[in-house]
Amino acid sequence: MTTTAAATTETTTEPKTMTGAQLVLEALVDQGVDTIFGYPGGAVLPIYDALYQQNRIKHVLVRHEQAAVHAAEGYARSTGKVGVVLVTSGPGATNAVTGLVDALMDSIPLVCLTGQVPTHLIGNDAFQEADTTGITRPATKHNYLVKDVAQLARTVHEAFFVARNGRPGPVVVDLPKDVQFASGPYYGPELCRPKSYKPQTEPDHAAIERAIDLMAKAERPIFYTGGGVINSGPRAAEMLTELVRATGFPCTNTLMGLGAFPASDKQFLGMLGMHGTYEANLAMHGCDVMICIGARFDDRVTGKTSEFSPNSKKIHVDIDASSINKNIRVDLPIVGDAGRAIELLLAAWKKRAPKPKLDAWWKQIEFWRARDCLRYATTKDVIKPQYALERLRAAIQGRDDVIISTEVGQHQMWAAQFLPFDKPNRWLTSGGLGTMGYGLPAAIGAQIGNPGALCIDVAGEASILMNIQEMSTAVQYRLPVKVFILNNQWMGMVRQWQQLLHGERYSQSYSEALPDFVKLADAFGGVGMRVDAADDLDRVIAEMIAADKPCIVDVTVDPNENCFPMIPGGHAHNEMLLGPEDHKSQDPSAREEGMVLV
Amino acid sequence: MTFLSNEPIERHTFAVLVDNEPGVLARVIGLFSGRGYNIESLTVAEVDPVKQLSRITLVSSGTRMVIDQIKVQLDRLVPIHTVLDLTDGGAFVERELALVKVLGTGEHRVEALRIAGVFRARVIDSTTESFVFELTGSSQKLDAFIDIMRPLGLAELSRTGAAAISRGTATI
Ligand SMILES: Cc1ncc(C[n+]2csc(CCOP(=O)(O)OP(=O)(O)O)c2C)c(N)n1
Ligand SMILES: [Mg+2]
Repeated sequence: MTTTAAATTETTTEPKTMTGAQLVLEALVDQGVDTIFGYPGGAVLPIYDALYQQNRIKHVLVRHEQAAVHAAEGYARSTGKVGVVLVTSGPGATNAVTGLVDALMDSIPLVCLTGQVPTHLIGNDAFQEADTTGITRPATKHNYLVKDVAQLARTVHEAFFVARNGRPGPVVVDLPKDVQFASGPYYGPELCRPKSYKPQTEPDHAAIERAIDLMAKAERPIFYTGGGVINSGPRAAEMLTELVRATGFPCTNTLMGLGAFPASDKQFLGMLGMHGTYEANLAMHGCDVMICIGARFDDRVTGKTSEFSPNSKKIHVDIDASSINKNIRVDLPIVGDAGRAIELLLAAWKKRAPKPKLDAWWKQIEFWRARDCLRYATTKDVIKPQYALERLRAAIQGRDDVIISTEVGQHQMWAAQFLPFDKPNRWLTSGGLGTMGYGLPAAIGAQIGNPGALCIDVAGEASILMNIQEMSTAVQYRLPVKVFILNNQWMGMVRQWQQLLHGERYSQSYSEALPDFVKLADAFGGVGMRVDAADDLDRVIAEMIAADKPCIVDVTVDPNENCFPMIPGGHAHNEMLLGPEDHKSQDPSAREEGMVLV
Repeated sequence: MTFLSNEPIERHTFAVLVDNEPGVLARVIGLFSGRGYNIESLTVAEVDPVKQLSRITLVSSGTRMVIDQIKVQLDRLVPIHTVLDLTDGGAFVERELALVKVLGTGEHRVEALRIAGVFRARVIDSTTESFVFELTGSSQKLDAFIDIMRPLGLAELSRTGAAAISRGTATI
C-alpha cells in the first residue's frame, strides 16, 4: 500500500484510534455489514476476540471454510449485499480458495478476511503460513496484504468498493496477526477511494442509439441476457422486462441470468446453451439481431464458436470491457452498467416507437416451441427426476419467497429447466466454476439473509456429500433449509457424458456406498424423509415445506435418465440432441473435438 | 463472426502505468501466463516517486482479438492506471539496451571492436581477452549486432527488453 493514511483524510478532527481487530469490525459496520460467515483459528483470534465483545455483527460459524465462502455467495446473491467471510491463515485460507474462484467466475461480490502470520514471520514457513495473496491472486478480483495498521481501515473500505463496483467479485484482505493487535487510526468509507479503479458504468449514448437502429430494423431479434442484469439490481430486471415487452422481442436467459425476465412470460424462450431449450438455441442460431446484456458468450452458451449465430448483428452490453470480443466478435460493443444501459435503451425505444414486424419470426419460434423439448417419457415404476421437480414446482407455484440453490450435475440443469424463476435473486447456482458442494451452504447463506423464505437446495446424491457437514450449521442456527436430493445413484452428468462420448465405459461414476440420507439428517438433528414412489411425492414435499428444521428429502429417481436437450461439446446450436432416441450427430470428427472439451 | 485462429499474428508494444506496490508485477505476469498470452519482453521501473507510479513496457504478439483482450484485461487490474497500445496509437520510439560480453584474442578481438564501432556500441569493460559492449537501439539492431558477435566470441548477453514512448507532444 502506498498512500499514507494521513494523505487520504481531509478532516481536522483526530481520527479515533483502536486495535486492528476493532478497526476491521468498525469498517465492516460502516460498510453496512451485519452478518459474516467464518471459522476461527490462531491467526484471526484477535478479530474473534473483538467479535465476542460486540453485538453489531452476527457471526455464522460454518463447518468448513469452503462453505463459508459459498454461504456468503448465497447471502450476497439473494440479498444484493456484499458477502463477508472471515477465516484463519494457512489451511483456513486455502480451504476458501474454491469458493473464491466460484465467486470470481460468477461475479459475486465478496470480501474475504484472512488471518496471516505476524509480519516478521512472513516468508519464514511459519506455522500455518501460506502465501495467501500469492495463492489467491488469480482466484480473486483483487487482494491486499495489510502490513501497516495505519492502512487497515482504508484497505477494508477499498476492498468493499472493489468487490461491489464494476463487475463484482471476491476480494481478499490478508491480515497479519500483529497488525490485528496494533493500534491505528480509523477512517470512514467516504475518505477511502481507490486511486486507480474507476469502472465505466455510463454507456456511450451514441452506441445506444445505434443499438436502437439495429433493433428497429430487426426481423428476427432476440434478447440474450445473463447474470449481469441480476448483479445490476432488481430494478434492472424490472426494466428489462419492460424493454422486452415494449419491443415484443423474444428473450432467453443464461443459467446465471434466470429470474431476470419472468419465466412465465410468453416472450420467454427458456434457458439457452448446452442444456437450453430447442427454441432458445435455434432462435439464437437463426436471429438477425442479438442483444446480449450482462452475459459473456461462455462456451456452454455458444457451443462451437465458428458456427455460433452466423447471420446476426450482435450488440453486447457489459460492464467488463474484457468480456466483449473475448470469445465471439460482436458488432456493437457497449461498455457500462446493464441496468443503466437497459434504462437508456428503453427510453430511446419508447421515444422512437418503432414497430418491427415480427409475426413470421414468432411463427417460426412457435414452431420450434411446439417440439416441446423438455418433454420426457413417464413410467409408473420409477420416478423421473423431471417429474419430481414438476411436483416441487407445483408446490411452490405462486409463492414469491422461494429461493432455490443447486449442486452441480444433471439435477442442476433440470432445476434450471423445470423450476419457475419469475424474479431475480431467487436462483443460486454455481455456473462458471460448476462447484459440487455449492448448494447447501448457499442455501444456508440465503436463509440467513432471508429469514422466513423457503430455501431449497436441489441436490444430487454425489454433490451433497461434498459439503454435507453444513447440516450442522443449519441445525445450530435453526435454519429450516431443505435439501431435495434427486438420487439417481450416479454422478449422473458424468455418466451421461461417458454414455454419449466414452463408449458407455462408466469409470468411477457410480455412487457406491451411499449413506442412508434419512438417518444422516436425523444424526445431524434435522429431519430426513425418503420417497420411492411417485404417489408419495406431493405428501413428502408438503411435509418438507412445513418442516421447521433442516430437512433432507431423498428422492429415488430413475438412474438412467439423461438431461436433454443437449448440445454435445463441439457442436453448434442447430445440432441439438433432443432425447435418448436422437443420434443424429454422430460425425466422428465433431465427436473427437467435443470429447476434448469439458 | 468468423473463426479466428487463422488471423495474422501482430506484434504490439504496450505502455502500462501502475501503482508501485508489492505484487503488481505478479498480477501482470499472472494475467499473461493464466490466459496464455505471449510476453516477448517486459521492463519495469519506477517513473514517479511522488505518486509512486511505475511504468511497464510490454511487448507481446497475438491475433488482433488477443491483442485487444490484452489491453482490456490489463486495464481491469485494480492497481493499473493506464494502458496504452503504442503500436495502435501512432508513431512511437522503442529502444533496448544490451550488454554483450565477447571473449577472444587476436584477429577476432580486433574484428569485434571494429564491428562495435560500426554499430556505435561502447566498450564499458575490457581485459586483454574480453570486452563488454554496451549497445542501445531497436531490438532488431541489437539482434543484428549479436548475430555478428556470435562467431567472434560472444560469451554472455544481458538485454533489458524494450522501453518505448510515443513520439510528439502526446503523453500517457
Ligand atoms: C468439485 C467438483 N468435482 C467434480 C466435478 C465434476 N462433476 C460434474 S457433475 C458431477 C456428478 C454430480 O453427481 P450428482 O451430484 O449425483 O448429480 P447428478 O448429475 O447425478 O444429478 C461431477 C463429478 C464438479 N463439477 N465439481
Ligand atoms: Mg446423482
